[in-house]
Amino acid sequence: MASKMKNRWIALYVENQVGVLAKVSGLFSGKSYNLQSLTVGTTEHEDVSRMTICVTSDDVTFEQIKKQLNCMVEVIKVMDLTDVPIHMKEILFAKIKKIDCLQKQEVYQIANVFDQGGSVEITDIGEDSILMECMLTERRNNELIALLKKQFKHVEVVRGGAVAIESISTSCR
Amino acid sequence: MDITGRKLFVKALQEEGVDTIFAYPGGMIIDIVDELYKTEGMHVVLPRHEQALVHEAEGYAKATGKVGVCLVTSGPGATNAITGIADAHYDSIPLVVFTGQVSQNLIGNDAFQEVDIVGMTRSITKYGVTVKDRKDLGRIIKMAFQIATSGKPGPVVIDIPKDIQTKSGSPDYPDHVDIRGYKPNETVHIGQLKKAFKMLRHAKRPLILAGGGVNIARAGDLLVEFAEKMQIPVVTTIMGKGAMPTDHVLYIGNSGMHGKYASNKAISECDVLFSIGTRFNDRITGDLNEFAPRAKIIHVDIDAASISRNVVVDVPITADARLALEKLAEYADEPMDTTKWMNQIMKWDDEYPLDMRRDRGLCPQIIMEEINKAFPEGIVVTDVGQHQMWATQYIDMPAGKKFITSGGLGTMGFGFPAAIGAKIGSPDKPVVCITGDGGFQMNMQEMAMAITEKLPLVVCIINNRYLGMVRQMQQIFYGKRYEITYLGKELDESGKCVAETEEPEYAPDFVKWAESYGAKGIRVTSVDEVGPALVEAAKATDAPVVIEFMIASEEIVLPMVKGGNPISEMILK
Ligand SMILES: Cc1ncc(C[n+]2csc(CCOP(=O)(O)OP(=O)(O)O)c2C)c(N)n1
Ligand SMILES: [Mg+2]
Repeated sequence: MASKMKNRWIALYVENQVGVLAKVSGLFSGKSYNLQSLTVGTTEHEDVSRMTICVTSDDVTFEQIKKQLNCMVEVIKVMDLTDVPIHMKEILFAKIKKIDCLQKQEVYQIANVFDQGGSVEITDIGEDSILMECMLTERRNNELIALLKKQFKHVEVVRGGAVAIESISTSCR
Repeated sequence: MDITGRKLFVKALQEEGVDTIFAYPGGMIIDIVDELYKTEGMHVVLPRHEQALVHEAEGYAKATGKVGVCLVTSGPGATNAITGIADAHYDSIPLVVFTGQVSQNLIGNDAFQEVDIVGMTRSITKYGVTVKDRKDLGRIIKMAFQIATSGKPGPVVIDIPKDIQTKSGSPDYPDHVDIRGYKPNETVHIGQLKKAFKMLRHAKRPLILAGGGVNIARAGDLLVEFAEKMQIPVVTTIMGKGAMPTDHVLYIGNSGMHGKYASNKAISECDVLFSIGTRFNDRITGDLNEFAPRAKIIHVDIDAASISRNVVVDVPITADARLALEKLAEYADEPMDTTKWMNQIMKWDDEYPLDMRRDRGLCPQIIMEEINKAFPEGIVVTDVGQHQMWATQYIDMPAGKKFITSGGLGTMGFGFPAAIGAKIGSPDKPVVCITGDGGFQMNMQEMAMAITEKLPLVVCIINNRYLGMVRQMQQIFYGKRYEITYLGKELDESGKCVAETEEPEYAPDFVKWAESYGAKGIRVTSVDEVGPALVEAAKATDAPVVIEFMIASEEIVLPMVKGGNPISEMILK
């Protein structure tokens, strides 16, 4: 009966206090939930933080995760973004090292192609390396990394984790 | 006029109506302790270990229905309390645990006796916080009491740095605080309840499974009323024991790993299972795929997260047990015809009743029966092990009698201190502690406190010279290799325990031990001494009586379901 494992998204409003992040992340480790990414930042209210959480789970576990989060005194609101129209982006830096001129050209081309539906910029360049700054969906970032790793030997990657917000249409309803 | 944090602390307790506090001193709470010295009408009790301190507060809370209040120092004081806090968490007992903390300018320095107790207890508390600002102290204490006692009760840890205790600030203690992220469920979905009732009404073989939530909500009377009106039989979990009087015609018995045959059979054969106040712990369900395989399941629980977690249910109802039963009573019109079903259950019970062999000397069942006779009312508290299971099987529970045990965490060392706490909370009720020779030794130092508090409670040590519950598994599943379960001295040349020695030497001598504290000690070795010893013990007025019952090491708890097996597959002999 177990339903499919898939990625699911939660937006979580929490008290902006010390220990809350530890408590939320501790729930995932303590109960062996498969956490993919978790980002946190303050909101328009300085005493409220918003987390964007991605987990891989089946339906039953996901229901349980939402309930467990709801139980926490510091959690103000749990929103399930899994099947809701949202805007989502993740920042990614990729440094491609030890490359020659021709390979630099190639990086530019790749940047160009990936620049759609987000933004990819070359923000720094050196004698034999290039730094890309990408603002794409998580999946697009995954694809980009896969490609870079296939084409080049020395790739250094830093990812920020995704942040997401509901589309205007849904939040107005 | 501003007052110090320590003064506000005491004021807060007074406004909360706290008259008893379990406290163990240390440098980081000495200021509060000093303030308590100056306070009239507060019973400050001194346990002898912080783990026991928390169990005492649990026993007190269970016996009185009030919140148990604990005060321990930072560092080792706080870490010692952790097992008790976890126990309260898994059995939903309302506690407010105050821990001292080093001054804020030292936090993070690995200062002397600094530990991050809030971090350490995060997964075993309902809420925990370090007070960082004197102006928040009143609000945080109020929050602690609100959270611990409302919704599904549980322990709250409030960590108070030393500088906060001495700093001046507002004298105000709020009546109520709004907590935006905390909304305990105080309603019941009528539509769901009607649906549940209809389903139950149409059942041929209906069954009610009552868990600890019914006792916590003090809804036993309503449960009985509903079951009677509808003529539906009732089984309980261990924590639900006492929700219905055990001699009631509709009461079958406990279910689960060491439940009654008829109870587990009834769960396996019923067509609608109305479960209330249980989280379907694995000790209750056994193999989940085979749990109540023929039944539609209705599940009432205050905790939304407990519903459809282990057992997928047909009708989920998030509600307090008392509220749900109050509403249900309105629908209960005419009795259902359950005669045939009841007869079937009786037949199962006749086939395999709970009954122990009586040819091995002092039989545990006889001890429990005599305890029933000597203590028909009051409070029975158990430790963890075989003796606990015998108590759950054979202790009678007339209406009003209380049964206190560590169910969720199964904490050895719980029983004796919890009994002390229960007696402090209910001095007029007889309190009997049923404990094992192993578990008793985990907190026996509390005898000092029982003596200084002049508590006439009766401690029944079921002495089998073994960590019996583990020995039982070694006996049945591990080829009788009794490694590290023998508590005595006798060893063979290879250093192993000698299992079948006639009169093995054991340690300690509990009778002499009790006497050394000024308590009374009685050793019982034969059946005809059991009753008189208990009658004698019941006469105690100002000190505990310890009765040591010498039973055979070979006694085992039956029936038994092997962990992970279906509850319908019981080892009966
Ligand atoms: C703190 C703790 N440690 C270990 C266990 C595992 N355990 C469960 S029952 C038991 C044996 C208890 O022995 P005793 O107190 O003599 O009771 P008996 O089973 O013999 O009646 C043990 C070791 C536990 N439940 N709690
Ligand atoms: Mg024992």
